[in-house]
Amino acid sequence: MRVLAAMSGGVDSAVAAARAAERGHEVTGIHLALSRNPKSYRTGARGCCTIEDANDARRAADVIGIPFYVWDMSERFHEDVVEDFLSEYAEGRTPNPCVRCNEKIKFAAVLDRAIGLGFDAVVTGHYAQLRTGSGGLIEMHRAEDMSKDQSYVLGVLTQDQLAHSMFPLGDTPKSVIREEAARRGLAVAAKPDSHDICFISDGDTGGWLADKLTAEHGDVNRGGPIVDDSGEVLGEHVGSWRYTIGQRRGLRLGTPAADGRPRYVLDIEPVSGTVTVGPRSALAVDRLEAIRPRWCGTPPATGARLECSVQLRAHGE
Amino acid sequence: MTVYLDHAATTPILPEAAAAMTAQLGRVGNASSLHASGRDARRLVEESREAIARALNCRPGEVVFTSGGTESDNLAIKGLFWSRRSEDPRRVRILSTPVEHHAVLDPLRWLATEGAKVDLVDVDRLGRLDIDAFRAAVESDPGSVALVTVMWANNEVGTVQPIHEVVEIAHAHGIPVHTDAVQALGQLPLDFAASGVDAMTVTGHKIGGPYGVGALLVERELQPTALLHGGGQERDIRSGTIDPPAIAGFAVACETAVARQGELAERLIGLRDALVAGVLREVPDAIYNGDPEPGPGHRLPGNAHLEFPGCEGDSLLMLLDARGIECSTGSACDAGVPQASHVLLAMGSSEEFARSSLRFSLGHTSTQSDVHALVQAIAPVVERARNAALSSRPPTGNSPTGNRA
Repeated sequence: MRVLAAMSGGVDSAVAAARAAERGHEVTGIHLALSRNPKSYRTGARGCCTIEDANDARRAADVIGIPFYVWDMSERFHEDVVEDFLSEYAEGRTPNPCVRCNEKIKFAAVLDRAIGLGFDAVVTGHYAQLRTGSGGLIEMHRAEDMSKDQSYVLGVLTQDQLAHSMFPLGDTPKSVIREEAARRGLAVAAKPDSHDICFISDGDTGGWLADKLTAEHGDVNRGGPIVDDSGEVLGEHVGSWRYTIGQRRGLRLGTPAADGRPRYVLDIEPVSGTVTVGPRSALAVDRLEAIRPRWCGTPPATGARLECSVQLRAHGE
Repeated sequence: MTVYLDHAATTPILPEAAAAMTAQLGRVGNASSLHASGRDARRLVEESREAIARALNCRPGEVVFTSGGTESDNLAIKGLFWSRRSEDPRRVRILSTPVEHHAVLDPLRWLATEGAKVDLVDVDRLGRLDIDAFRAAVESDPGSVALVTVMWANNEVGTVQPIHEVVEIAHAHGIPVHTDAVQALGQLPLDFAASGVDAMTVTGHKIGGPYGVGALLVERELQPTALLHGGGQERDIRSGTIDPPAIAGFAVACETAVARQGELAERLIGLRDALVAGVLREVPDAIYNGDPEPGPGHRLPGNAHLEFPGCEGDSLLMLLDARGIECSTGSACDAGVPQASHVLLAMGSSEEFARSSLRFSLGHTSTQSDVHALVQAIAPVVERARNAALSSRPPTGNSPTGNRA
C-alpha cells in the first residue's frame, strides 16, 4: 500500500513509519506544522510544534529512507483544536485537545488530503490495535502496553477513518519501541515522551487560558467564589477555567473541611464563575450521559442492555 | 532518471569548475602567508579574481570574495548603509522593492530596527518596479537616501528589473546602487562597468561553480563597513582566510558561464517556451505568471512560473517528486513549511493563488526530454492535487472564519 506516515519528531511515530516501510509499504513521511509561530527548540516535554521537532522527524525519515515533507496545518489546527479548546473551557468543561486533533486533523484533514493524493492509509505512532471482526467491521482494541494505551484518544474515529489507519505499535511495549528505535539508528530513541498540551509552549495552561479567554471572550470567566455544597463561601479564585471536576490539588482553601478530609471540585458554573467543592464521596455518580456514540466494533442492539466499563479520561484512575 | 527543473535553487557543477577546484584541494598554502606556498595560493586567487573581473567587466580590485549570495547582500546593504550614514547622519533611507530575495529583505528589516527607514517601492502585476514611483521616492528627499538595492532579475517569477533606469535616477543624486544579480549571471548579459551599478552580488553555485563561494563586486570608491573583522583580507572589507580551491572553481564557472551565456539563453528560451506551451496545453486553466515577453530585458530565459488554480503548490511538488520531477514552490522557510510567496503577494496575487504556484527553472543540463517528461506528467498530477484540495477543505459552515473556498 501507499501510506502516509505522520511524523511528529518523536520516537513512536518514527518507529511506526519504519515498521510500515519494513512491511513493504511505500511510505512517505510528513510532519504537520500546527503552530502559526513555531518556536525553535523544545522546552521540556511539550509539543511537536518546534522547528527542532520538524528536523528530528526529517532525520528519522532520512534514516528510514523515505521521502519527507512538511504540511502546514496550522490554520485548520487553530480553528478546529485551539478555538474549540478555548470555547469548551469557557463553557466550564475540560476538553481533551488530542481527541479533537485526531478527529479533525490527523484522521480528517490529513487523511482526506492523503486519500486525495493517492495514498491508501495514514500510519501513526498511536498505541492501539486494529482487528477485523465479524462482518468485516474494524475493531479497535487496547494496546498491549496498557500504560501507553491511546485507544481513548482514538475512540472518536469512524469505521471509514479506521479503514484507512494503521497503528503498528499497538502490539509492543514502549520500552521495546525505544530499544527498536536505537537498533534502527533513530536519533530520537532517547527523546523524552511529550506530555501536556502542544500549543501551550510554557506548560502554564491556566495562564494561557487566562490570556486567551480574557482577550477573546471578554471577562465572563474571571474570578468567582469557591463554595461548599451548602453554599458557604470558602474562598475566591481568579478564573474557573483553572479547575476541573474531580480536581483536588491547588484549591488553596484556607480553612480545612470540618472532617479534615480533602475536598474536590464538584461543579463549575461558568456564568457566575462559581466553583463548588466537597468531599470525595460527593463525586460518586450512578449515572453517565454520553453524546455522539462511536462504536469501535460491533454496535450493540438498539434498546438492549449493555454491560460495560467506562473510561472517562486519557490517563489516571 | 531524475528530471531536474530547479536550477534557480542550484545548478549542477560544470566539469571544468570541478576539475579546477579539485586540482587545488590537495595543496597547502594560506594566501596571506609570505612563503612560497603562500605566494602560490595567492597567485591562484589573484588570477581567479582577474578572470572574474574580465568576465564581468570590472577591475580586479572591485571583486570581494565572500561565502555567497546571502553574505554579499548583507555586506552590501549593511556595509553601505553604515558607511554612508557615518559620512552624513541624514542618510537613513534605503529604497528597495518588495520582491527582493530574503537575503535582501531580512537585512533591510533588521536595519529598520537599527534606525534605517526602509521604503519598498511598489511593483506592477509582472513584478517590475514602478519606475515613476521610484523616481518620486528618490526625489522626495534625495539627501536622506543611503542606498538603493534592486535585484537584477527575480528568483521566483524571473522578471528583469529596469536597473539602468534605477541607476540613472539614483546617480543623478549621487546615491549608490546595489543589485543582487545571483539569478542573472550566466542567463543574461552582465557588464558591471556598463551597468553603472556600484555593488553587485554574484554567487558560484547558481552558475555551475561550487557552493559556499561568491563575490560582491564593489566600486573602488566605496568602502562598505565590514561585517567580519579580523585579518583584513579583501580590502579589509571581508576578513577571513581565503578559500583558493573554491575561488578557482568559481572563477572557471564564471568565465564559462559568461562565455556561453548567449548560446545558453537562446537554448533555454526555446525549452522554457516549449515547457510553458506544453503545460498550458495539458492544463488549459493554468496561468503563466510574470512577464510573458522572453527578451533579456523582460524575463530570465530559464524561468517558468505557473499557477494551477485549485491546487496546493506543495501537493503538486510532492506528486511530481514521486515521479522523479523536481521543482519548487518558490519560497520555503526554515522548517520547510510552504509560505505564500511574498513576491506573488507583492504582484497583487491573493494568498490562495500564491499558494497554488510552481516554479520550474531550467539550466545548462536541461534537455527536451526534461520538458517532455513534465508535460506528460502534469495533467494527472494537477487533477489529483485538485481532488486532494477539494476533499481536505473544511466543510462549509464549520469554520469560524467562514468558507474560504
